[in-house]
Amino acid sequence: MEEKDKNKRSLISAKNLVKTFNKINVLKGLNIDFNEGDRIALIGQNGAGKTTLIRCILGQYIFDGELKVMGYNPRLDHETLMQHIGFIPQTPPPIKMTVGEMIDFFSKLSKTNEEEFVKIGEDMGLDVQSNLNKPFLKLSGGMKQKLLVALALGRKPEILLMDEPSANLDPAARKVFFKYLEEYDKKALMIISSHRVKELENLATRVVEMDLGEVLIDKKIDINI
Amino acid sequence: MGKGFLYMTELDLMQNLRSKWFWAYSFLFGAFVAIMFLSGVTESQIIGFVGLSRLMVTFMQVSMAILPIYVLITTVRSVVGDRESNVMEYMLSLPISFSAYYWSKFVSKFLVIYIPVLFALIVAIVWGGLKNLEIPWDLFFFYSALLAALIFNFLGLGMFISARAKSQEVAIGTAFIIWLILVAFLDLLLMGMMLKMRMNPDVVIWGGMINPLQIFRTGSLILFDQKLTVMGPASYYVLDVLGRNAFLILSIAYPLFLGWLFAFLGGRYFRKNDVI
Repeated sequence: MEEKDKNKRSLISAKNLVKTFNKINVLKGLNIDFNEGDRIALIGQNGAGKTTLIRCILGQYIFDGELKVMGYNPRLDHETLMQHIGFIPQTPPPIKMTVGEMIDFFSKLSKTNEEEFVKIGEDMGLDVQSNLNKPFLKLSGGMKQKLLVALALGRKPEILLMDEPSANLDPAARKVFFKYLEEYDKKALMIISSHRVKELENLATRVVEMDLGEVLIDKKIDINI
Repeated sequence: MGKGFLYMTELDLMQNLRSKWFWAYSFLFGAFVAIMFLSGVTESQIIGFVGLSRLMVTFMQVSMAILPIYVLITTVRSVVGDRESNVMEYMLSLPISFSAYYWSKFVSKFLVIYIPVLFALIVAIVWGGLKNLEIPWDLFFFYSALLAALIFNFLGLGMFISARAKSQEVAIGTAFIIWLILVAFLDLLLMGMMLKMRMNPDVVIWGGMINPLQIFRTGSLILFDQKLTVMGPASYYVLDVLGRNAFLILSIAYPLFLGWLFAFLGGRYFRKNDVI
């Protein structure tokens, strides 16, 4: 490990992490550390275990082995840990809340000013004000994704987990989204699961490729080259 | 559970209040009370009971037919439905505990199902008061509690099924089968079994009393038919062993306990297993 990485705090540490579904090991004893400031492009084919790893970090799966996220156990300290994590899912869920209710709900839960969410949403081209009373599930795919991005970034979490976050975004919104990520807190950890590796080349500082539940490649990238 | 629980409950309530099924359901119970008044049920008589008492007895019979299956069908999809649609994956990436998520669903569902039923009973009291009918307060309070216990019971069972089921289809199928069994064992099947198998009547009767629907039915009868004459010989066993007042307490306490037990077991399973 390089000298500068030794000073970085490990935010996620997996030791012999195993996740099994129906006697099939989907994560096969994963050993990996994700440090503060890492911008990780998490790549791999379907079934590689990327989403399973993300769900373990989110505390949504029980697992064997050890997984510490900011020193917390994601299962036992779920509520506390989630204060520090922002998540953007691949497919927007069919949430029945209105846009206004979602913003209000996130604002109360994360003690964040609603304006933060509205600003990011509008920067990405979402007309938040005129959609406040519209149910989230009635928005277009792109509008939903823009709101999810705004809600995740607006909370300013120390860890951002993103599963194909730009899949539904138009080119203009994608540009704004990556600009936000580039300017985001340099100490924050980002894990972006994506098939669009090219999109991440100006952002990622480390590429982790998974295959069949194991880490195949773990490579640092110097974006200044 | 803290604030996450309160915010989730509030949000769930808002969503339920916006849904068409809630208003259709509320209208159904309100309309039922109105129809009973307009059709002259308060002037008819049953075992000496007339007026509002008569109306409430009929209201309880209809509630027993509608509420259990309605509560089950609307509840069993809540957890497993959120799981299948990925709503849960997203909502549980927020600072909300698993318990808060689960119990907020229970509480909000209880309120949106119970309030329209209670409201319909209150409407009946007000309407009866305006028509100068005698108001049976004892029936009103007991039936309000009995209905709350019945809803609580099936809500707990529904949440348990929902937490454990792998898909919405499995959840709905399981709920329907359980409801069918409970209805089938209300009277006829039980008596048929007793006759055919020459079983010990104690076993048969108390086996029947495990059925929360039977407890509800007997509880709603015992207040106005103190000797439970409509139940035939079974009434002797019930009244000799427990007595009227103890049975009144049992008919509220037992469904509440059963509902809590199932809800607790469902919540425990939800907390200790993969949530999606």
